[in-house]
Amino acid sequence: MAQRTRSERADRIRQLLETEGGAVHAHASASNARRYETYDATDDLEALRIEARSIKEAAIDRLPDLIDTVREAVEANGGTVYVADDAADANAYVADVVESRTDAAGIAGDDDTPSVVKSKSMTTEEIDLNDALEANGIAVTETDLGEWVLQVADDTPSHIVGPAMHISREEIAELFNETFDPDEPLETAEELTRFARDHLWEHIREADVGITGANFVVADTGTITLVTNEGNARKCAVTPDTHVAIAGVEKLIPTLSDLEPFVDIIAKSATGQPISQYVTMLSPPTDSPTVDFDAPEEPITSGGASTDEAAAASGHAGERDFHLVLLDNGRMDMREDDQLRETLYCIRCGACSNSCTNFHTVGGHGFGGETYSGGIATGWEAGVHGRESAAEFNDLCTGCSRCVDACPVKIDIPWINTVVRDRVNRSGEPEAYDFLVDGLTPDLEGGGISHGKRFFGNIGTVAKAASATAPVSNWLTDVDPVRGLLERTLGIDRRRDLPSFERTSLVDWFRSRGGADASKRRADRARSRGAAIDREVVLYADVYTNYVDTDRGKAAVRTLESLGIPVNVPDLPESGRAALSQGMIATADRQASRLYAAVAEDIDAGRDVVVIEPSDLAAIHREYERLLPEESFERLRSNSYEICEYVYGLLENGADPAALSTGDGDEPVAYHSHCQQRTLDLEAPTVAVLERCGYAPDTSDAECCGMAGSFGYKREYYELSMEVGERLATQVEGAPTVVASGTSCGDQLETLLERDVPHPIELLAPDGSPT
Amino acid sequence: MTVDTVGRFERALEGLEVGLERVAAADASERIERIVQEPAVGVALPFDGVTLPESITTEPTAAELEAARTGVTPVGFAIAEYGTVAVESTPDGAEPVALYPERHVAVVAESDVMSDLSAGFDRLADGFDAGRDSVVFATGRSATGDMGELVHGVHGPGDVTVIVLEGR
Ligand code: SF4
Repeated sequence: MAQRTRSERADRIRQLLETEGGAVHAHASASNARRYETYDATDDLEALRIEARSIKEAAIDRLPDLIDTVREAVEANGGTVYVADDAADANAYVADVVESRTDAAGIAGDDDTPSVVKSKSMTTEEIDLNDALEANGIAVTETDLGEWVLQVADDTPSHIVGPAMHISREEIAELFNETFDPDEPLETAEELTRFARDHLWEHIREADVGITGANFVVADTGTITLVTNEGNARKCAVTPDTHVAIAGVEKLIPTLSDLEPFVDIIAKSATGQPISQYVTMLSPPTDSPTVDFDAPEEPITSGGASTDEAAAASGHAGERDFHLVLLDNGRMDMREDDQLRETLYCIRCGACSNSCTNFHTVGGHGFGGETYSGGIATGWEAGVHGRESAAEFNDLCTGCSRCVDACPVKIDIPWINTVVRDRVNRSGEPEAYDFLVDGLTPDLEGGGISHGKRFFGNIGTVAKAASATAPVSNWLTDVDPVRGLLERTLGIDRRRDLPSFERTSLVDWFRSRGGADASKRRADRARSRGAAIDREVVLYADVYTNYVDTDRGKAAVRTLESLGIPVNVPDLPESGRAALSQGMIATADRQASRLYAAVAEDIDAGRDVVVIEPSDLAAIHREYERLLPEESFERLRSNSYEICEYVYGLLENGADPAALSTGDGDEPVAYHSHCQQRTLDLEAPTVAVLERCGYAPDTSDAECCGMAGSFGYKREYYELSMEVGERLATQVEGAPTVVASGTSCGDQLETLLERDVPHPIELLAPDGSPT
Repeated sequence: MTVDTVGRFERALEGLEVGLERVAAADASERIERIVQEPAVGVALPFDGVTLPESITTEPTAAELEAARTGVTPVGFAIAEYGTVAVESTPDGAEPVALYPERHVAVVAESDVMSDLSAGFDRLADGFDAGRDSVVFATGRSATGDMGELVHGVHGPGDVTVIVLEGR
């Protein structure tokens, strides 16, 4: 698949926003909301997730063993196991099974075309099984309603679990009425479903072979587990006398007891149901009798698992035949890949898609590769189809990390996206316009990185220069020709307000008012009036706080001092967040080491590192695990705090909120936390601080503001970003005061609401009024 | 304890719009007869003193199975926590009888109602050890949202009743 150009991509996204976005949003956000409810109602959720993950880790670790085990088990049951290297191998095998089965038993049904009914298998989408079978003269009918709609419409899935969620009921009705021309036009969901059921039942009863996927395969008993709501997977598996189950090798788990946590969690994560309607555990060939609908007068129990002569004579030996096809198709290589291996823990529940705000807006067709879509798709596509397929949509992950809490097996999906982005960067071609970003890309990153990426990935250097030349730089960035150049070369949409740089950085401001010594004197004065809390703070001036939004930095300093805490605001290195968003891991890695080195002594001296920008804190608390030695990571993580979390801790330990700007007890404030901050469970402390200080905060539940760092600046994503932002804006617009923790969130809201949206700390700072 | 478990089961089923009837073994046959819609097919009940009513065809032909409006089967056990019944794949056709007709009447002994999934998995493991290794956990009614709204009874039964045999 060739990569689209920026404007082609913009057009495609615009088109999807108009056509499929609405239906996808309705479905995916409803599943997401139910997931929250069900997760909340599950007492042992965290234990369940940890258990599920550890089972998967262990299973992938000993996968070759499990393949041997399942082969023995299935063969002992009388079935066959085939490990297919790739798509072609798997397809040829299945076609072969169908042919030999129909040769041996004759073709069921009325015509002379061998027929197959299918259920529940994303894996067969991955290998394009239908096309392959049809090329062999075999008729294939999908029996999952969603899949069947796609088959009739000649469309592709847009979601792992709800493949047709991008098509509305009206569109399905139109499609069916045109295709099947029923006596009475179909209209309601009920009518459509009945029609589909009757139509599909004809196919199921006459099929020669039933094909299913498998959600899990229990190795030591050879048990295929199918998790469904409709019931057709069972019909496909047990109605025809031959069943082929196709599953990626990663679906193997060791024993029956390992299945329990997955049965418990998969529906919760997928649709928010406590459990699915049907959890089918088949250790085929099963004992269920084969029902021969061509011999209607035959008692069903006359065939069955036993060989029956009469049945044999009628061409139906009554014996069940079972084949388990385990698909490699790149998975064994993924297993060897330290970064992509986690992808194999995925149980394909789709929760990552449902929690993804960009997915809600453009759906899987904007957000998918050749087969898989949504958050984890980058990992899957990179593994099974290659980097190009993953690159196509990798950009749509803003790294907001909301999927991290959704994933039942705790996969760090944003990290996989970052890794793939990094690899995509390294395989690209260098472009023109080098002069603009010359000197930005560190030597560590190979060529091939686009200018936009280099620009945003080195935003600290850019901001420093811009601040030094402000207000000239601010004036320049407002000038049309400059905006045109920025758009052409860096892809920065000209409709977007650019940050306006302060001439005096936060660090300089702090120095000019006397630095750490003066701060200590101020804190001591405050301390003499109230409870003594013996802490000292190093405030981390991230790029935005330092050069763009110095107000929130100043508010943080004044707040801490007034609570008796001396502050220092040193000139610290970038956190690496910007580089990570661009997939420049080597740069981020180096920046992480520098930042750690720069604060190590403070930490050793017992000082706390306080961070204002949540995305930088998230880098330190999440991604640094991958970038620093374990001990350094732990040390930095456990001594660094988000500003409001820190203030909350001070108040809990006796600091007096009266020193701050307090409300009258029920002053309404709309609060938008920040996606990464929420993933770190840091929304609650801010809410608690606001409450303690006399405000009545109401939090937004939109997953993300849609801006997420540099994402919203990019021309191809401008409309998408605004659409996502609108959802947030409509939630908060009624409130007299709106506060947001993240810079991007604040920017996005300020644009949409056309008013000031300060950081909560600006509301709380002594004598601080937000406006 | 058992009473609580059945109560929990009943509440879970209520949420799924599945009826639960508690029946003494001696009255079971008559009660089943009242619940089913004919034509009905069934699988012989393995509970002492409990027989299927005469009107229910056991060992149905393919045509009878297809025409049936109700299927009556025993289930190995149930899980109160989720309102789940465990239908086993048996040579006498419990699986198709439970699956194809629009209505499924599942008969379970009170002592086989397990409290939660974990206890259910213990029972499942016992069954596997004893050689019953194909089981369906059926919870509520077949459902789909793929046509734009939630519709029940798409491929599996759209109407389920559970009969709990008491005092055994
Ligand atoms: S990555 Fe996690 S959340 Fe996403 S589909 Fe896989 S298991 Fe579900």
